[in-house]
Amino acid sequence: MTFNGIFQIAIFCIVIIALTRPLGGYMTRVFKGEKTFLSPIFRPIEGLLYKVAGVDPNAEQDWLVYGAAMLLFSLAGALSLYGLMRFQDVLPLNPQGQAALTPDLALNTAISFVTNTNWQSYSGESTMSYLTQMLGLTVHNFLSAATGVALALALIRGFARRSSKTIGNFWVDMTRCTFYILLPISFVYALVLCWQGVPQTLGAYVDATTLEGVKQTIALGPVASQEAIKMLGTNGGGFFNANSAHPFENPTALTNFLQIISIFSIGAALTNVFGRMVGAEKQGWAIFGVMGILFLAGVAVIYPVEAGGNPMIGAMGVDQHASLLQAGGNMEGKEVRFGIANSALFATVTTDASCGAVNSMHDSFMPLAGMIPMINIQLGEIIFGGVGSGLYGMLMFAIIAVFVAGLMVGRTPEYLGKKLEAREVKMAMLAILILPLSILGFTAVAAVLPETALVGLNNAGPHGFSEVLYAYTSATGNNGSAFAGLSANTVFWNVTLAIAMFVGRFLFIVPMLAVAGSLGAKKIVPPSVGTFPTDGPLFVGLLIGVILIVGGLTFFPALALGPVVEHLALSAGSLF
Amino acid sequence: MLKEIRPAIVMIVLMTAITGVVYPYAVTGAAKVLFPHQAEGSLIEKDGKVIGSSLIGQNFTGDQYFHGRPSATTDADPNDPTKTVPAPYKADASTGSNYGPTSQALMDRVKGDVASLKGDTDAAVPVDLVTASASGLDPDVTPAGALFQAGRVAKARNLTVAQVKDLIASHVEGRTGGILGEPHVNVLALNLALDDIK
Repeated sequence: MTFNGIFQIAIFCIVIIALTRPLGGYMTRVFKGEKTFLSPIFRPIEGLLYKVAGVDPNAEQDWLVYGAAMLLFSLAGALSLYGLMRFQDVLPLNPQGQAALTPDLALNTAISFVTNTNWQSYSGESTMSYLTQMLGLTVHNFLSAATGVALALALIRGFARRSSKTIGNFWVDMTRCTFYILLPISFVYALVLCWQGVPQTLGAYVDATTLEGVKQTIALGPVASQEAIKMLGTNGGGFFNANSAHPFENPTALTNFLQIISIFSIGAALTNVFGRMVGAEKQGWAIFGVMGILFLAGVAVIYPVEAGGNPMIGAMGVDQHASLLQAGGNMEGKEVRFGIANSALFATVTTDASCGAVNSMHDSFMPLAGMIPMINIQLGEIIFGGVGSGLYGMLMFAIIAVFVAGLMVGRTPEYLGKKLEAREVKMAMLAILILPLSILGFTAVAAVLPETALVGLNNAGPHGFSEVLYAYTSATGNNGSAFAGLSANTVFWNVTLAIAMFVGRFLFIVPMLAVAGSLGAKKIVPPSVGTFPTDGPLFVGLLIGVILIVGGLTFFPALALGPVVEHLALSAGSLF
Repeated sequence: MLKEIRPAIVMIVLMTAITGVVYPYAVTGAAKVLFPHQAEGSLIEKDGKVIGSSLIGQNFTGDQYFHGRPSATTDADPNDPTKTVPAPYKADASTGSNYGPTSQALMDRVKGDVASLKGDTDAAVPVDLVTASASGLDPDVTPAGALFQAGRVAKARNLTVAQVKDLIASHVEGRTGGILGEPHVNVLALNLALDDIK
C-alpha cells in the first residue's frame, strides 16, 4: 500500500459524502413533483407521454397495482429486447455483420438487462450490433435503473405516510427518474467521457497497420453514450468484453474516478431522500453510516492483499514492490494506468453496488481479495447498492434489526413511528432468504454436473469452485461481474443464470412491495421513552451485526470451500 | 391491473425512442462537433495510413521496440474453429487471462516470460512485464517496465542507454493532478518517438 493509494481512496469518500445531500435534495424535489431547473424542458414531454400512455399522473396505485405495473413494464421490455437480439442480423446499424443471437443467449441477456444485472455470457465487440447496443442495451440500462429507484421510492412512501392505501404511481416515478435524473446527467457525463477518449461513432471497426506491419482491427462504436448510463444506473454491462478495463471504456485515471463516483452517487443520495421523506435526515445518515462502514471494511481487505502481490510470482525473480517507478502488487488482470489502489477500490465499489462493471479481472485476484466481492454481493448489495435496490434491500435488514432489538427488550418493535408486526417481519425475512436459496441451490447443482456445467471452468481446484459460486452470486444479486474465466455461453449456464437473475430481482421485490403497502396503511405511533432510537451509533452497530449474521453467515461454508481453501493452499505452495 | 398493459407497451416504445434513439444520436452529434478525434477512436495516422490508436496497445516483438505487457487475447484457430490460438493485442476481442492466483498455467507462463526477459541481467523483472493486462490491450507499461528494456532497445538501435532513458523520462505520464491513477508510459508513443530519432 502507498500513501498516495490511501489518499485516492480518501478523496473518493469525501466526494461521495459531499454529493449525498445536494443530490438527495434535488431527487426529493423531483419525486415530489416540484419544479426544477429542467422542468421547462421535460414537463411538456412528460405530459405528452402520460397522455399517449393513458396514465393519470395524479392517480396513485396500491402496492399490488404498483407491482403489477412494474412487472408488466419489465415483461414488455424483456420481450422487445429478446426480439431485437434474435433479429439483429437483418436489422440496420450492423456494420460488422453480427449474427442473430441464439435463443438461450438472447433469453439470458434479455433477463440480464431488464433485471439491472448485466451479466454477459457474450463478448460485446464480437456479438452485438450497434443497433442492439443502442436500442436494446442502452435503453434497458436507463429503464431498469429507473425501475429500481421507483421501487425504493414506493418503500420510502410506505414509511413516510400514515393510513394510506397507495404508495405512488409507478409510471410517474419511473418517468421522472429517467427524465430529470438519469438522462441529463448521462448526456453531460457521456461527453466528458468522450473528451477523455471514449469513442462515440456509428462507423465500422477500423483496420490499422501497426509499426511492425501487422493488421490490427480496432473495435469502435457508440460507446460513450452507453458507458455513462452503464455506471450511473449501476448496470455494469460493458460495451466491450473487458468492460471498464478496456482503454476505450475507461481510458484515463479521471474517467476511472468519475466511474466509481457515478456508481455510488445515486445510491448514496437515496439515503438522503429517505431521510428527508421520513422527516429526519439523521435517519438517512444512520443508513449511510452503516453502508460507509461496510464499504471501508471491504476496501481495507482488498487493497492490502492485492498490494502484497502473489508469493509464487515473487519467488520467480519478479519485482512486486511499490516504488516511484511502479505500483507493484498482483498485476495479473490489471491495467497499468489504474494500478492496485484504483483496481481494489473499483472492485469494492462495483460489488457493494449492484453495478458489476470491472476495471480489473476479479478472477485473477488473490484468494482473500477475490472473496470480498463475493461477500459484498451475498450480503444483498446493500452497501449503497444498486440504484434503488440498495436502499430497499438495506431497509429490509433494518426491519429485521429493529425486530431483533424489540425481542431483546420485550417490546413491539417500531421503526420510524411504524409498528412492525408479524407480516412485515415475515415478508422482510422471506425477501432476504431468497438470495441464499438461489445462490447456494444453483451452486450445489452445478458443482455436481461435470459434463454440463464444470466443463466451462477456466481454473481447476478451489478456484474453479469459486468461479461457479461467483457466477450464481452475481446473477442472483443482479450484479453482473464475474470470475470471467467461466465460459457461460452454453444452454445450461444461460438458462440457470437467467432463472437466478429473475428470482433474485423479482422474488425479492414482491415481498418488499408488500411491506411497503402494509407499512403505508399503518398509523404513526408517537415516539416514547421506550422507543429504540434508529439514528444513533447503537442502531448502526446493531444493523451491521444483523447484516453480517443474518445475511452473511449463511454463505460461510461455501466461501470456506472456495477462496478460504485456496488461500490455505497458496500458503502451502500448492498449484492447480 | 389489466389497464396497466397499455401504459406498459406505450412506455416501452416511447422510452426506447427517447433513450435509445434521441439520446445516443444527440451524444454522437455533440461528440462529432466537440471531440471529433476522440469520438473516432483517437486514431494515429502516419503518411495517410492509420497505424493504430493512441489508447490501444500493439504487439511489439522486435528488439528495436519497447514491448508492451503480455496480452491474453485470442483468435479462432484456423485449423479448428472450436479452439482458439493466442493473438496478442487483438483489438476486437478484448480479454484478460482470468487465471486464478493458484493456476499452474499462470506460473508456467510467468516463468517463461521471466526467462526470456532477463537475458543476462540480474535485475528483478518489473511485475507488469510478466502479467497479462485486464483488457489484453493495455497501451501502457510502468516507468520501471520501460527502463528495464532500455538496454536492449539502445543496443538494437545503436543508441546510448542514456539517450533511451532520457526518451523514456520525457514520455512518463504522471498521475492526473498529481493524485489520480498511476504513472505510466504509452508504449506506442514511445516507439514512434524512437523511430523519429533517426
